[in-house]
Amino acid sequence: MNWKCFFAMLVRDAHVARRNFFVLILQTFLQPLMFVFIFGRVMVRSGYMPEAYKSLLLPGIMAISMVFTGVWAVAMPLIAEFQFTREIEDRLLAPIEIWWVAIEKVLAGSLQALLAGLVVIPMAWLILRPGVVFSLDSPLTFACVTVLVALFAACGGLALGCSVNQSHIGLMFSMVLTPMIFFGCTYYPWSALNNFPILQKIVLINPLVYASEGLRATLVPQFPHLSLLAVLVALTVFDLLLLATGLRQFRSKAVS
Amino acid sequence: MVGIRTQDLRKVYTSSPPFAAGGGFGGSASAGKRGKQPKTEIVALSGLTLEISSGEVFGLLGPNGAGKSTTVGILTTRVRPTGGQAWIGQHEVWKEQVPVKRLIGVVAQRPNLDFSLTAREILLFHGAYFGLDSVQRTKRAGELLERFKLSDRADQMVRGFSGGMMQRLSIARAMMHDPKVLFLDEPSAGLDPQTRLLLWEIIREYNESGKTILLTTHNMEEADALCHRLVIIDHGRAIALGTPAKLKSSVPGGFLLRLRFGRQSPDLLEQLRALNGVREVRANDQNGADLYADRGGSLIRDIATLASAGNVDLQDVHISEPSLENLFLHHTGRSLRE
Ligand SMILES: Nc1ncnc2c1ncn2[C@@H]1O[C@H](COP(=O)(O)OP(=O)(O)OP(=O)(O)O)[C@@H](O)[C@H]1O
Ligand SMILES: [Mg+2]
Repeated sequence: MNWKCFFAMLVRDAHVARRNFFVLILQTFLQPLMFVFIFGRVMVRSGYMPEAYKSLLLPGIMAISMVFTGVWAVAMPLIAEFQFTREIEDRLLAPIEIWWVAIEKVLAGSLQALLAGLVVIPMAWLILRPGVVFSLDSPLTFACVTVLVALFAACGGLALGCSVNQSHIGLMFSMVLTPMIFFGCTYYPWSALNNFPILQKIVLINPLVYASEGLRATLVPQFPHLSLLAVLVALTVFDLLLLATGLRQFRSKAVS
Repeated sequence: MVGIRTQDLRKVYTSSPPFAAGGGFGGSASAGKRGKQPKTEIVALSGLTLEISSGEVFGLLGPNGAGKSTTVGILTTRVRPTGGQAWIGQHEVWKEQVPVKRLIGVVAQRPNLDFSLTAREILLFHGAYFGLDSVQRTKRAGELLERFKLSDRADQMVRGFSGGMMQRLSIARAMMHDPKVLFLDEPSAGLDPQTRLLLWEIIREYNESGKTILLTTHNMEEADALCHRLVIIDHGRAIALGTPAKLKSSVPGGFLLRLRFGRQSPDLLEQLRALNGVREVRANDQNGADLYADRGGSLIRDIATLASAGNVDLQDVHISEPSLENLFLHHTGRSLRE
């Protein structure tokens, strides 16, 4: 394992991210913050939503920001580089086994997702200020869940980025990411689906459910949520599954 | 000292090109579609055996689709061989990818520069991947930018570069870590004549420092000027191999006269065959003939005499001196130029 080379590739990604800093910030935070503002502030103030919804919303928004950032950060460059610019070839020819190139992408994407998740909390708190109740009783569990969510986002990005081609990017968003977000228990807890028993079972195949429920369990445990153990196991399984799929797809794209 | 060797190299691409380019939405979707459509198999290489010694400038020459880029791809770990083996120095390419990648520098046929970076950053990061420290990196990047006349654009994003500038930067990047073996897939494509000469000079100089160079080209002049030895490939097979001089002398006679007549006349072709110095005559299209001979201009008078005696109009004569072009034509019956 060539750490020097791996590290140089990370530095390259950080350098490019820094260069696109402003765009990246807008892309990551604009949408969730607008959502927080409308649902958490406008709807609550005008009485359409109960005050408690503010706290319920926070973990869901955090999950969305993380997943969106991670998938975007890994998938979009990969799609472009494999199909159009081929700029990844320089890294495929670097003196390191090619799967480390994919792992590096996953690591860089996870870091970005973590950053997005951790920044969304104070930002949302600022917008919602009075009336948000969240606790960090078990920082270690919170860290575990957050890291697993970040990895899920980045591994998902790898799997998608190596399976989707340029002309299907729109489809990727409308057919994969959007349903995932709406059926991902982000804007409501899983228990809200109690009246839709079949749907409640079906959404369990959606990994985002575990991400939002896991963050809910650690940030706002006063609301009903899935058991933490189930969340940790499910997220780990999804992470590994997506990573394995992603690496396989990466290999078949990288070598003809 | 590092040479290159291939043994009975074969490559069959299985997915049909529109598929390879288009892919499917998700692995399962494309697998499903592939099941319905019959798989197209394209044989790109069928048993290529080469031995390139260290310190040699070796040329791969051949028409479009001959398998040149596939050969380069296999030798640079980018294409998985279907059969056979390839070595760079002592290392078998497919099995020992990392040590192989340390030894080689590659300029791909299609530009693949990192569009999110400036020219200088491209070189610096490439150096960093290969473990050069920051002092070495900065020095070498500066030298190469100067050498390839890119200094004035060094700190601009490569997105705005012209094709030829990108090509120069790709070559500079491949040399950045001072590789022992340099692969250049059509290095002079898109370069203006002056820059092409500059590139030739740089290639010769790099070779003089003891490096092995494998380049592909369609350009006979380039192969002639640069290569110590070359192989002519067609349909994934080597059809001729040797020094440019030796290859040229293998063409019967050496001179090629392409003639065009007003009408077809088998009798005339027979008479041409009997002329002194003519080695071979082939009818090429309806009214033409390719004549291989050991002299050129001095044959014209005889040809013209025979033609007028047989009442055939001699419309066009093109004489080429001994060249690789003639060689290719001789071996394949097709011209290299499109
Ligand atoms: N990724 C691929 N998938 C399927 N077929 C391919 C692929 N790459 C090359 N081929 C096929 O393999 C054959 C050899 O191609 P190759 O690129 O090696 O030719 P070449 O000699 O480099 O030609 P050119 O002078 O046009 O660059 C061609 O028939 C081509 O269509
Ligand atoms: Mg080619």
